[in-house]
Amino acid sequence: MARKTPEINSSSMADIAFLLLIFFLVTTTMDVDTGIYKKLPPIPEKDQQNDDVKVKQRNVFSILVNRNNELLVNGEVLSISQLRDKTKEFFLNPTNSENLPEKAMKNVPFFGDVMVSKGLISLQNDRGTKYETYIRVQDELAAASRELKDDKSMQKWGKKYAELDVDQQAAVRKYIPVQISEAEPRNTGGK
Amino acid sequence: MSKFRKDGKKDLPAISTASLPDIVFMLLFFFMVATTMREVDLNVDIMVPAAKEITKLEKKDLVSNIYVGVPMRKFTKTYGTEPRIQLNDQFATVEDIQAFIASERESRKEELRNKLTTSLKVDQYTKMGIITDIKQELRKASSLKLNYSTRETAE
Repeated sequence: MARKTPEINSSSMADIAFLLLIFFLVTTTMDVDTGIYKKLPPIPEKDQQNDDVKVKQRNVFSILVNRNNELLVNGEVLSISQLRDKTKEFFLNPTNSENLPEKAMKNVPFFGDVMVSKGLISLQNDRGTKYETYIRVQDELAAASRELKDDKSMQKWGKKYAELDVDQQAAVRKYIPVQISEAEPRNTGGK
Repeated sequence: MSKFRKDGKKDLPAISTASLPDIVFMLLFFFMVATTMREVDLNVDIMVPAAKEITKLEKKDLVSNIYVGVPMRKFTKTYGTEPRIQLNDQFATVEDIQAFIASERESRKEELRNKLTTSLKVDQYTKMGIITDIKQELRKASSLKLNYSTRETAE
C-alpha cells in the first residue's frame, strides 16, 4: 500500500533565500568603469628614429603644462577653461589666418572635396604636473574635438556625432582629424 | 436591518506568505547577475579625477587594472607616503609592469590577447612622473590600449 508522501515544509525557503540575498547585496559593487580612452603610440623602431616628420610651426598647437599646473599654449599663458575655445579656433581657422594651421583639399566621403585642417596638437607635461590637471587638459581637448564633430554632423545630417552610423562617423573623423601627440616629458620639476 | 453585519467574532485571515520565497528569489537573481565581485583589496588610497568626456569601459574581463596612489595608513610605515603602484594585491615598482602585462595576457584566451585594455586608476593628486614611467613601460610591453579611469563630473 502506497503511503502518502509527506509534504516538504518549505517555510524555511524564504529564510535561505533571504540569507543569499543579503550576501549578494553586501558584495555587490555596481560601479561602472568609466574613463578617457587613449591609444598609446608604439615605440619607434631603432633604425627609423631620426625619421621624424617635420611639421610647420603654424600647424602645431603646442600645450605645455608646468609643475605648477599652469598652461602655456602657443607661447601664451591660458587657463584650462579657455583651452576648449582656443582648440576649436585652431582647427577651424575661420579667417584663414597666417598663424593658424594650413588646410589641404581632401576628398571625404559624404562631404566631397573639402578643406581639411593640417593641425596637430602637441601636449607636453612636466614630471611634476598633477594628474588631475593632465586629465582636465585631456578632457577639454576631447570636448573640443567632440564639439567640432558635432557641428559638422549637425550641418550635414542634423544629428549629433554619436548618433551617426559607422561610415558617417568615419567620414566626420576624416574631416576633422584631431591628433594629440604627447612628447617625452622633460625632467625639470623633479618627482 | 442593516446590510453590513458586523461579525466581530470572525478572525482576520492570515496573509499568505507562500509567494514570499518567489519575490526574494527574484531579487536574489537580480543581484547575482548584477554583482561583480571586487577582485583586489586596495592598498592605496585612490580618488580618481573627474572628467566630462568619458566613455564606458566595455568587457570588464578584458581589462587589467593598475592602481596608483598614496599607500593607506597601515602601510605608510613600510611603504612611505609617496604614491606607489599596486598590481593585483601587492605593491610593485615600475619594472614589474611588463611582467604583469605578460601574465595578464597569459591568462586570457589566445584570440583575445591583443584586445586587452589597461585601465589606470590613479589618484588625482599624483604627479605625472610616475604615470609617464608607467606609460613608457606599457609601450615597451606593446600594450597600447589605455584607459584613464575617471568619474563623472557632478554638475
